[in-house]
Amino acid sequence: MSPEINLEEQFQARIDAGQKIEPKDWMPEKYRKTHIRQISQHAHSEVVGMLPEGNWITRAPSLRRKVGLLAKVQDEAGHGLYLYSAAETLGISRDEMYEQLHTGKAKYSSIFNYPTLSWADIGAIGWLVDGAAIINQVMLTRTSFGPYARAMVRICKEESFHQRQGYEIMLGLAKGTPEQKEMAQDALNRFWWPSLMMFGPRDEDSPNTAQSVKWKIKRKTNDELRQQFVDITVPQAEFLGLSIPDPTLQWNEERGHYDFGEIDWNEFWQVVKGNGPCNKERLAARVDAWEEGAWVRDAAMAYAEWKEKEKIKKAV
Amino acid sequence: MDQNLYNYLLMLGDNSMILGHRLSELCGHGPSLETDIALTNISLDLFGQVRNIFQYAAKLNDQESSEDSIAFLRNERQHYNCILVEQPNTDFAHVILRQYLFDQFQLLQLNFLLQSKDEQLKAIAAKSIKETKYHIRFSSEWCKRLGQGTEISHNKITTALELLYPFCNEFFETTEVEKEMMERGIGPNLEELRVQYFDNVTTLLNEAGLSIPQTPFRVSGGKHGRHSEHLGYILAEFQYMQKTYPNMQW
Amino acid sequence: MSDPNNKNEWPIFEIFIRSKNGLEHRHVGSLHAADATMAIENARDVYTRRQEGVSIWVVPSKEITASNPEDAGELFEPAEDKVYRHPTFYELPIELKHI
Repeated sequence: MSPEINLEEQFQARIDAGQKIEPKDWMPEKYRKTHIRQISQHAHSEVVGMLPEGNWITRAPSLRRKVGLLAKVQDEAGHGLYLYSAAETLGISRDEMYEQLHTGKAKYSSIFNYPTLSWADIGAIGWLVDGAAIINQVMLTRTSFGPYARAMVRICKEESFHQRQGYEIMLGLAKGTPEQKEMAQDALNRFWWPSLMMFGPRDEDSPNTAQSVKWKIKRKTNDELRQQFVDITVPQAEFLGLSIPDPTLQWNEERGHYDFGEIDWNEFWQVVKGNGPCNKERLAARVDAWEEGAWVRDAAMAYAEWKEKEKIKKAV
Repeated sequence: MDQNLYNYLLMLGDNSMILGHRLSELCGHGPSLETDIALTNISLDLFGQVRNIFQYAAKLNDQESSEDSIAFLRNERQHYNCILVEQPNTDFAHVILRQYLFDQFQLLQLNFLLQSKDEQLKAIAAKSIKETKYHIRFSSEWCKRLGQGTEISHNKITTALELLYPFCNEFFETTEVEKEMMERGIGPNLEELRVQYFDNVTTLLNEAGLSIPQTPFRVSGGKHGRHSEHLGYILAEFQYMQKTYPNMQW
Repeated sequence: MSDPNNKNEWPIFEIFIRSKNGLEHRHVGSLHAADATMAIENARDVYTRRQEGVSIWVVPSKEITASNPEDAGELFEPAEDKVYRHPTFYELPIELKHI
């Protein structure tokens, strides 16, 4: 047996025993690479995710809603930051990760390539998109890589208000005027299917699941998580008096779950490949912020170096 | 209703609201994640101040106004902020300098309001001043970084200074309302603040390697509801929901 | 487009927060800043938005020297059998109080 295989077995045994892996520990190259990819994609999703919601900050309908939304979008920047930090412990710089995002090499969650067309979309995103994200993230608090798990603990703690905020917005609309209720229904109609897509391809089209389960990046399959989301969300929609845009949706007594219709997988893959309604705009906004920020970042570094030299000069 | 006090509150609130709005436009577009978070924090602080001030104003006007009707339902001519705060986010240098020039004034003003004869305003000032002290720390550090950083950053903040500095005199042009507030011990004597303000600004700009522009001060009017063309667009966006869907709860 | 080997990337700082007086500073995460002054400001905005702290330490990550995980055996395992460092090692009659 080669020493490499032995190390890998020991590594897996540690994960199986519930031990955390820390950055300086030995790890298989594939483990490192998979984590860099997954954590950075997760970070990109947080940061790109600021854009669709940010689209309504300046038009929020009341001061209370405005500060709530601002704080939420700000949290997403924070969460992106925690995640980039976790990935950096694996030996990649934040700049490199940005580069991958900006050149289209790295992916982010496709849901953010859909436009926010009304205020109700802000409610729907908080309720559905954050709801779907939480299911994933709670699972990740127990993942095997220490820095990722710790970032997720912090994120889950902070995110608990996000979904409540979204649902409260929806509740207000559902109890409001016919116009407001229509706005809420329209948002649900547009965000329902993309939310289901957030859990990724069907299990049979998801070849990496087995490996991810082994490393505890995943504890349930895409389809299991999707089912969990539908089961939780349908009664919440009923409570709002809104209808889920799926004529086949039905409670299945035997399975103890809701049956639901087929996702438009063609749309799913199109958006993943960059042909969604807003892919180009989202990426362009990030690239702009980055490029226009370059001179600012450079100035701060130049100033820091100058101050440092001044300090040394004084000391001498 | 104490109309003059009410108008004075609008003046205070509008400054924070319009500047808060400008900063909120940047959320998600900052030069680094860390800076993005910091600017949003300042925006949130300002909107917090707006809410305190407008809730108090709504209480004074015990008819039917609320913080939101005050914030969202007035037209351009009924806004009393200084013209500086409505200037656009041309680049990060404009954002930082606009912030610093405002923070410096706001700090002096709040410092007086800590001893205002109006108890409510005094309480609001006590809370706000801690936030403003942090804002000015942030904005003045960044003025120095940009001023002393690279040639590019130095040039950009110099351009911003040429544009924005001439708006600063407006802070100290005492309106009738402010005059009465001063006489009643509610608001500061702006003439007294003026000297301190320009002293402090000059010191900071020197530290940042910048010199005071020789351009004359601009003719102003914001405190009388005569604004730059920017405000109309800000309000069109800011008030969109309330104007499109009147009398609804959100 | 930015250069991935950009030497101008703001360095990483490790952030330690004291959540309240009486408790020690604890590592909470990291962030980027051009210098220590900015690191304190950034840490305040990133890590204490929900009243998590009363004091902040920032340390450039590159200044931290860490023990090697491969040395864990020699570094830490020898302490395992030093039971005499724990109070339960010493047998005293149970009726004895306050000791």
